[in-house]
Amino acid sequence: MVMASVTTLASHLTSTFTYAPEFCRLSQSSHSSQRPCTRKSVSGTISASIDLKPPPYALDALEPHMSKETLEYHWGKHHRGYVNNLNKQIEGTELDKMSLESIILASHNKGDILPAFNNAAQVWNHEFFWESMKPGGGGKPSGELLELINRDFGSFEALIQEFKLAATTQFGSGWAWLVYDIEDKKLVVLKSSNAINPLVLGSYPLLTLDVWEHAYYLDFKNLRPDYISTFLDKLVSWDAVSSRLEAAKASIEGK
Amino acid sequence: MALRTLATRKTLGALSTFPQQLRGLQTFTLPDLAYDYGALEPAISGDIMQLHHQKHHQTYITNYNKALEQLDDAIAKGDASTAVKLQSAIKFNGGGHVNHSIFWKNLAPTKEGGGDPPHGSLGWAIDQSYGSVEKLIAKMNAEGAAVQGSGWVWLAVDKELKRLVVETTANQDPLVTKGPSLVPLIGIDVWEHAYYLQYKNVRPDYLKNIWKVINWKYASEIYEKECP
Repeated sequence: MVMASVTTLASHLTSTFTYAPEFCRLSQSSHSSQRPCTRKSVSGTISASIDLKPPPYALDALEPHMSKETLEYHWGKHHRGYVNNLNKQIEGTELDKMSLESIILASHNKGDILPAFNNAAQVWNHEFFWESMKPGGGGKPSGELLELINRDFGSFEALIQEFKLAATTQFGSGWAWLVYDIEDKKLVVLKSSNAINPLVLGSYPLLTLDVWEHAYYLDFKNLRPDYISTFLDKLVSWDAVSSRLEAAKASIEGK
Repeated sequence: MALRTLATRKTLGALSTFPQQLRGLQTFTLPDLAYDYGALEPAISGDIMQLHHQKHHQTYITNYNKALEQLDDAIAKGDASTAVKLQSAIKFNGGGHVNHSIFWKNLAPTKEGGGDPPHGSLGWAIDQSYGSVEKLIAKMNAEGAAVQGSGWVWLAVDKELKRLVVETTANQDPLVTKGPSLVPLIGIDVWEHAYYLQYKNVRPDYLKNIWKVINWKYASEIYEKECP
């Protein structure tokens, strides 16, 4: 009886949250079958492990600009690896019941970084990255996003130049970002190394490009600049950026 | 001595193929490998060796030279803020040149001794410090696999303490950034470009296999020089 009600609640949550960027996810790992159900039902909450969210398109949908092979390794091995390793790290700890974003902030620990940070941040970064692209992407933004770009960078071309520069000059592994700065209420281009993301830098992420070598090596070898240009010309989803900007402003106004 | 130097400078000045000497600034060129690109197969593919040497290492050198020229210019003009701003490009690209120059010497085809375990004083020191070469390799592989992002794993000798050390560095930071008396004996590049085309995400497999082409003879020479 107890197990049945847990399962019902479980499937309800799964269907509701499949594509929502929500935090409470159900475990799809093999660990869930080992967890005693009584513990879950007594606490009243589902002990949520982090799941591997697929990109919002098929793995070959970004071809020829980003190959299926790249997606198979990048999502199927790298991103999956971060998810599995994170779940192993947080199982049975207080991080286990937290949302991904909370895990990131807690393990970042104001810069005194704890072990789960790298995996947690990389899970988040990769989800955000898949959602920053779409088949038939590229082009130009419009509406309020374009207005703010013109206001804060002078022109769309200037933003592109600055973003390209950040992505090219991120030495070693890391990410290039377009963010909405919460304090100054303006758009800013940032770059970060390894797993660091704007959540721990106090700004609202709008767009990211993965510049770890694994993101582009199979398709572009050493030619990171070509990868960056292809991302901006053919893959970037300005729609996603616009929605995120709306959400950013709404959440700031709401405070 | 001064006369000889003057004569050399004049001679070189006459040959316009040494523009860097004319400016007084020493710039760098890509060192040749002592073996063919395909000679380290199957441990490291010829494709990787060629890209790694001709593209990645060359790019570090090109950008290092550019940064050095800009630095030279800034120093001549007394432009301190530009000089300071250039430091990260110098560390990154100069470090990349330093590290890769060592790396190519750390590797050798199996038929030229690559993979042959160390003998002599280095072999003895390894046994003393780590128990065995296998144990040292296991330690280096564990630390190399654990490097987050890009970097290197090193076997070094501390020339002051006369002690072997295993260390890692991030990005292209040279080993000396971890200790001024550390002398590199073996460096293993764990940047993804060093293995991705062949081993994909499985860095541990790359680390397991690279030992088949590690040039312990070179490492021993360096060690014996520091610890005679």
